Amino acid sequence: MADLSINICGIKSPNPFWLASAPPTNTGEQIMRGFDAGWGGAVWKTLGEPIVNVDSRFGAIDYSGTKVIGFNNIELITDRPLDANFKEIYEVKKRYPDNVIIASLMVETKEEWREIIKRSVDAGADGLELNFGCPHGMCERGMGSAVAEEPKVLEEITSWAKEFSNVPVFVKLSPNVMDIRDPGLAAVSGGCDGISLINTIKSIIGVDLDTLVPKPSVGRESTNGGYCGPAIKPIALHMLAVLGRDPKINVPISGIGGISTWQDAAEFIALGATTIQVCTAVMHYGYRIVDDMIDGFNNYLDNKGMLSANELIGKAIPGFVEWGELDLNYDIIAKIDEDKCIGCGLCYVACLDGAHQCIHTRKGPCNAWHGDPDHGFGPRTEVMPPVWHNGGEPAMNHVPFVDEKECIGCNLCMLVCPVPDCINMVEVSHSGGKESWKDRTTNGSS
Amino acid sequence: MSNKTSPQYGLPPDRLEKQFSDYKPLYTEAEALIEANRCLNCYDAPCISACPTGIDIPAFIKKIATGNIIGSAKVIFEANMLGYSTGRVCPVEELCVGACVYNDLNSSPIQIGRLQRYATKKAMEIEENTGKKLFPLNRRKSEKKVALIGAGPASLACAAYLALDGVEAVIFEKEVLPGGLNSTAVAPYKIQAEDSIKEVNWILQHGVELKTGVEIGKDISLEQLIDEYEAVFIGIGLGTGKRLELQGNDSSGIWRATDLIRKIKNDPDFSLPDKLNTVLIIGGGNTAIDISRELAMLGVEDVRLLYRRSRQEMPGYEHEMVAASRYGVRLVENVTPLEVIRDGKQIKALKVMSNISNDIFELPCDWVVEAVGQLKHVSDISPDIEVDDQGRVVVNSKTRRTTNPKVYAGGDCINGGKEVVNAAQDGREAAFDMLKSWGISPSLHGEKYFKSFTSIFTQEVSNEEKMING
Repeated sequence: MADLSINICGIKSPNPFWLASAPPTNTGEQIMRGFDAGWGGAVWKTLGEPIVNVDSRFGAIDYSGTKVIGFNNIELITDRPLDANFKEIYEVKKRYPDNVIIASLMVETKEEWREIIKRSVDAGADGLELNFGCPHGMCERGMGSAVAEEPKVLEEITSWAKEFSNVPVFVKLSPNVMDIRDPGLAAVSGGCDGISLINTIKSIIGVDLDTLVPKPSVGRESTNGGYCGPAIKPIALHMLAVLGRDPKINVPISGIGGISTWQDAAEFIALGATTIQVCTAVMHYGYRIVDDMIDGFNNYLDNKGMLSANELIGKAIPGFVEWGELDLNYDIIAKIDEDKCIGCGLCYVACLDGAHQCIHTRKGPCNAWHGDPDHGFGPRTEVMPPVWHNGGEPAMNHVPFVDEKECIGCNLCMLVCPVPDCINMVEVSHSGGKESWKDRTTNGSS
Repeated sequence: MSNKTSPQYGLPPDRLEKQFSDYKPLYTEAEALIEANRCLNCYDAPCISACPTGIDIPAFIKKIATGNIIGSAKVIFEANMLGYSTGRVCPVEELCVGACVYNDLNSSPIQIGRLQRYATKKAMEIEENTGKKLFPLNRRKSEKKVALIGAGPASLACAAYLALDGVEAVIFEKEVLPGGLNSTAVAPYKIQAEDSIKEVNWILQHGVELKTGVEIGKDISLEQLIDEYEAVFIGIGLGTGKRLELQGNDSSGIWRATDLIRKIKNDPDFSLPDKLNTVLIIGGGNTAIDISRELAMLGVEDVRLLYRRSRQEMPGYEHEMVAASRYGVRLVENVTPLEVIRDGKQIKALKVMSNISNDIFELPCDWVVEAVGQLKHVSDISPDIEVDDQGRVVVNSKTRRTTNPKVYAGGDCINGGKEVVNAAQDGREAAFDMLKSWGISPSLHGEKYFKSFTSIFTQEVSNEEKMING
């Protein structure tokens, strides 16, 4: 069993899995159930001047029968009195001294920041998270993502928080910016101890085609919300990695965005996160999902021979480079396992319509390219006549084959194949060594 | 002569078949969505090739998944106007479902028949509720008229495609009840007569005329129809059940399977006698399996199927035999029936011989049902139409034209007894050939495959073929 405990900015957590500031961390009672389920820490539902929420608040995207691949909300910060929240923070911390409680905060003026930080620290919060990310509602009042969009303001408020706080200060960033390094560097300049990212993405989740009102509707109207859930993971991973590999971002990062499983969590950690935070998956399935996150992550670390979660942090960052540094001589082709193929034809049509016409059927006419690869990287301009394949045995009729001379190794067929391990991308040996676009431009040979 | 002013055609509500519930009930919306979303949406899918009418199955399933029920049903009907009943009566295990690629993944195949039933049923409901037709009634754009003999699936499909392209189609049916075997023979746990009639009425609303109680060769001659109409389509199915030459089978307690099935489906006065413990069914085809299962489901304790060869050689579908076994039907292989033994008028036993040991023994029973094929009756209609040595009407395999160029034929009378879906395809092919021969381009056809391909490459293909052919 690997050691999952984490030390982030001096805060010790039994594991890297935290509940993000959101509906699952709205009350002390909820957070205690979360801790009982196994969550290492919780970022309290953002505290500030209590607001009034609307009905309804949530919307979701389903895809091909899979529910909630993407989720958005127009709920604001806490709608409960601050006294109640601080009392509960105190009580929970007293009962769960080994679990982490971070107070997420969002107020406007310097005096308000001073006041709310003092009360948070007095209540026993292990750290603070400045919510500069919320992209709906609060930003219209000059808070949340409105701050993240103004690096100077972000830096200044961060420095206030550092001035008023004697516990670590995290800055939670919004993805709704051109370059995540701008608010990231501002947070570091402001003196933050850590960075949390990403918050939700400004979004309209859909339109009700009966009423023609966007979703989620509030009567006959709606507004833009914050998009989250499994679909946003790639966006979060990118922003995390951009900060993770930037030497000027010298603070730990708590990764957030579409994490549902231990694999997701491990990917975030490998790209530089020290802890990760989860909301949508808990809203979908409950706190219990942390059981497999802990268990699966543990088994993964064991299999990798890693003794602690710390060993994985940032391990994938060296592999994240600029396009211009990629090896232009690296060559792979698709191989179809004829024994596993079920003849669905999805690789054929995907390659034919969506890629480079390198997969052919064994039956009937085939209008994919047939000829020598004379086009290099340029577009095909000549239309070639089809070849009529001879049908083989009936069972083989449905198994397509790859024109290996033409295959450009794009992965598309493998990605659409519904059969595990049926299409594999295989490396082709080549004589030349590694040569990138940067190498070529440097050598003047591009 | 009655006509469609009585849309239920006097079908009485109390029939034995009403005791059966659906073997594969109509999907709920949730069930349909889950199943539709499982479909991989194969390209050039094997299920399409396995369908005698070539329905673009992935396309209609995808449309169910997106909630486009009208579009889904249209995809089905464009290829098969009997899509509603075939969704229920097709032996899908042998056709589309049997070809589903999930079979090769050791996963349960997509339940295509049930999805087809769902889409067509829901679309018909939407039509009824909104009054908007899937296929608006065609203003007559042709002066042509076609007579169709027999109101079974072949004629109904043919007439529907003709009517959709403005041809006057008149179906003559000698019985009171239209719908052919869907109304009179298909197992009640697949479809009951009401639903068959519902489909007939749906077809008729596209401008098809139905005249019931008119027998060709008696009330009107084939020659008269050939004179009066541009074309004639023969869709008369098969004749009555064959009888065995069996001593003692000439009085009560002996049934032709087709007669017994029909009584169960259509006769309000028919019920099984109280003391019916053992029924022996002679035969090995699907009719034999069907009646066995029906009797077992109706509570006959001991139902045995007697077949002259082994189970592997049975012409009936294995999946049907397996299903019948679940209801307690037992199979006796390799036996030949010899004689019905009676005690007075009452059947006592059937004397049979083992084809392996040649031993002769008696099987006590109350009834004996003969399911040994049906007679062909095309010679009843006209001596002019060529018939093969099996009694099947000879047609061109593509056009379904008989040896008389004005006469077409389809369904069981040309194939000796296949599925409803084969009859539907025959009717469609015949209709398309008639339309084409009159210069009318069929407005509905499901032949979308390689269309763009051939349009781009037609010239090159022919050049290449020339090269190949020297």
